[in-house]
Amino acid sequence: MKYLILVLSILVNGILIYVLDTRKVLPLPLGSFLSLQEGVWRNAEPNNQDFNANLKLENLEGKVDVYFDERLVPHVFAEQEKDAYFVQGYLHAKFRLWQMEFQTHAAAGRISEIVGSKGIQFDRNQRRIGMVFAAENALSAMEQDPQTRTSLDAYTAGVNSFITQLNTSDLPIEYKLLGYEPEKWTNLKSALFIKQMTNTLAGYDRDLEYTNALEILGEEKFRLLYSDIPDSLYPVITADSPYLKPAFAILPPETADSLYFKRTDTISFTEDEKPNPANGSNNWVVSGSKTKSGKPILANDPHLNLTLPAIWYEIQISTPEYNAYGVSFPGIPGVVIGFNDSIAFGFTNAGRDVKDYYQIQLKDKSKQDYLFNNQWVKTNLRLENIKVKDSSAFLDTVAYTVFGPITYDHSFKTNLSEEKAYALKWVAHDTSNVLKMWLLLNRAKNYNDYAEAITHFNVPGQNMIFASVAGDIALWQQGNFPLRWKDQGLFVMPGTDSSYMWKGYIPMNENPHSINPIQGFLSSANQRAADTTYPYFMPGSYEVYRPITINRNLASMSSITIADMKNLQNNNYNVFAEMAVPILLNNIDRSKLTDVEIKYLDLVASWNLNNEINEMGPTCFTIWWDSLSAVVLNDDLLRVNIPIIKPEKFVLLEALQKDSNFIFIDNIETDQLETLKDQVTRSLKNAAIKFAELEKENKLAWGIYKNTTVYHLLKYNTMPFAREALKIGGGSGIINATMHDHGPSWKMIIEMENPVKAVGVYPGGQSGNPGSKYYDSFVDTWSKGEYYDLKVMNQTDIKQKNYKWKMSFSSK
Amino acid sequence: MKFIFSLLICPLLAYALGLMLPWWSVAIAGVLTGFFIPQHRLLSFLSCFLGSLILFGSMIFFVSFSNDHILAKKIGLLVVKDSNEYLIIALSALISALVSGLSALTGRSFAIVLKKS
Repeated sequence: MKYLILVLSILVNGILIYVLDTRKVLPLPLGSFLSLQEGVWRNAEPNNQDFNANLKLENLEGKVDVYFDERLVPHVFAEQEKDAYFVQGYLHAKFRLWQMEFQTHAAAGRISEIVGSKGIQFDRNQRRIGMVFAAENALSAMEQDPQTRTSLDAYTAGVNSFITQLNTSDLPIEYKLLGYEPEKWTNLKSALFIKQMTNTLAGYDRDLEYTNALEILGEEKFRLLYSDIPDSLYPVITADSPYLKPAFAILPPETADSLYFKRTDTISFTEDEKPNPANGSNNWVVSGSKTKSGKPILANDPHLNLTLPAIWYEIQISTPEYNAYGVSFPGIPGVVIGFNDSIAFGFTNAGRDVKDYYQIQLKDKSKQDYLFNNQWVKTNLRLENIKVKDSSAFLDTVAYTVFGPITYDHSFKTNLSEEKAYALKWVAHDTSNVLKMWLLLNRAKNYNDYAEAITHFNVPGQNMIFASVAGDIALWQQGNFPLRWKDQGLFVMPGTDSSYMWKGYIPMNENPHSINPIQGFLSSANQRAADTTYPYFMPGSYEVYRPITINRNLASMSSITIADMKNLQNNNYNVFAEMAVPILLNNIDRSKLTDVEIKYLDLVASWNLNNEINEMGPTCFTIWWDSLSAVVLNDDLLRVNIPIIKPEKFVLLEALQKDSNFIFIDNIETDQLETLKDQVTRSLKNAAIKFAELEKENKLAWGIYKNTTVYHLLKYNTMPFAREALKIGGGSGIINATMHDHGPSWKMIIEMENPVKAVGVYPGGQSGNPGSKYYDSFVDTWSKGEYYDLKVMNQTDIKQKNYKWKMSFSSK
Repeated sequence: MKFIFSLLICPLLAYALGLMLPWWSVAIAGVLTGFFIPQHRLLSFLSCFLGSLILFGSMIFFVSFSNDHILAKKIGLLVVKDSNEYLIIALSALISALVSGLSALTGRSFAIVLKKS
């Protein structure tokens, strides 16, 4: 009996411990995960947490004092500039380690190491678009420049200084959830972070789908649907004087008509990971002539996926060389969007196409040779070893051509023949040191310093806005943009010879720009940078409507204050609806509608065109317009089962404004000829079914329908770490560009007085720890459209102890 | 008296070992306590189980309370689909208590086998 009890107790106890210690039975090893001493309870930060500390660390040369304010924003005062970056790295790691590593693992195509085989496809794609190749090229340029190298080395040392002393039991929660540990930071990881951001902002591409659309529609109809020059274009830059003609003509190859515009094959796959085309931003600046204080005011709000931990980390960096304040990216040194004592700077995405595909002819399935200029040329084979959690590694071979990496071949897209492949030409692969721009902007004192700083930036192309205490305002669209003949790169290009290659880049001094314009303001919101008189072909994915509202408002405003700019950033006016609603209302056939349908029609008709949370008009309008777009276009676009992309919203709107007999209105699948009236009425009837469903669920109000959510980076796996159902209006094409999970990721307004006055907010918090009250402490302020004062701390504040905690860093 | 002694020493030992060893060191504390403190097997189990439940339960509660249960609510939703902080605190304490108690039972049973033979 006693033996039986012993054996039984050993057995039961052993099984229990095994079950609680492994991930093979329960999804989480609850024994360690819920343990007081090593589990998540270690991450439950006391609400009165004391952040004071006195740290003696290696690799520091001088003394650095960090003063935290009540929002946990660090104000870093360093005796030496490089020590400031060391401490910035330390703080990024202390508060945001997991996201830094996760994002750079994602950039490098190493997600399978964390999540197992379900990450392989993603990882292969990252490696096949050459993310690591791009980061290595960037790193070589960064490390050749002594200033960048020193800053980056210090930053990396700071991150590692934190990682080295971190106990397993104190790891961020996400490591405990996913079951892995951080590795050492490297300069390459900072380069990877930059390339991840580059992919987010300059990775959106439609060449494959456009190639298909051209084939299905023919050239004439293609141009009707896929123009990128709207009638209502309000370009970023209105040139003061006519643009000069280029030094030499850029002409298409002789074979273009037959090999490029008249292709006969379609592409049966689409890109795996398309960045969100809504990634964009607003920025504007007004000169002193338009403000109450007589000093310029600059505003910026970059629109990105809204995530927790947030993409931004607020910081003040004060060194003997400069004193900058703003937001930084956990992953790289410096202030990325912000201001210093003399100037302010901000960014919006240029949205220009800097990514093309070339069709490659391979000799055989070994991918070792490809046809180029009538001979077989060797590819450069790069072996990609993708480590997979709980499984053996996945090996992939990526062949590099003169254009760039072959992203798609038979081993990745199995319906491709062994000889056919597509190579990627992308500015992101170029050798460049974009970090240098930020290091210089942080210390820039005037327009000339800014102008010199931005020459170091090549990709992702940005609209770089500037204002100075001296009173100057400026806006440059900056980056390397390919010199293209008209229509080059809209479609997949032949890659069998050199005639279709880019002819270099548009000279940077010919990038659209404006300094102290007569109208007293400048703005950008991801629209086309210049009008049709710009002498270079500039394809891209452009916004049309935000710029209209922004410019309309700025033109009429005077005696502007920071409060006025807050209102403008929070503006919910839907100018797209202003133009589109009349088309719907003027073409509806009321006699064919049921009472219920008329009720929904009236919701749109009586709407004040503002996307406010309690309005039902915006919900009904948005769904109705999408329904109309489907009724008009789907019969033409979806008749062949190949990947296609919807035309931009402005295309249908402007076509219907001009021509009620627009060729696509008729449904080609029916015998009769449909009119606009038929289709508008039909689209409302289709939409009404959806309205009724939403109404039944009480989800017709815009705020509820949109359900603005800041997801945790692990998205649906960690919903308790997200913030859902935020009460904030706005939407696509609206200055307040807040959509379901995308929108203003940082809102900043700066008045160039002396000292500079600034406000800002982001939908997150300074801590990345879901167990900290600083994890999402800014979210409610952000959704209410409110801001925090960005207090630049100075020596007086320090003497008067206007801070909450002090962290002192000195060398060991 | 032995029961009380075991009830105190078992969780304290578990906590001390937990400072250096992984979570399963509660089992070592249980086995040692059970082995060296002679009492009925059931009492061995109960003393370690209750002792650990009280110590770990109250400590976890204190940690979570100081955190305004911010994390407990989230982890509750994640693990047991319930944001009630007491549920996840109880589950966390129960895990340590159960392993600790069963280990004490194992330790005691082993001691009994050794002694009789």
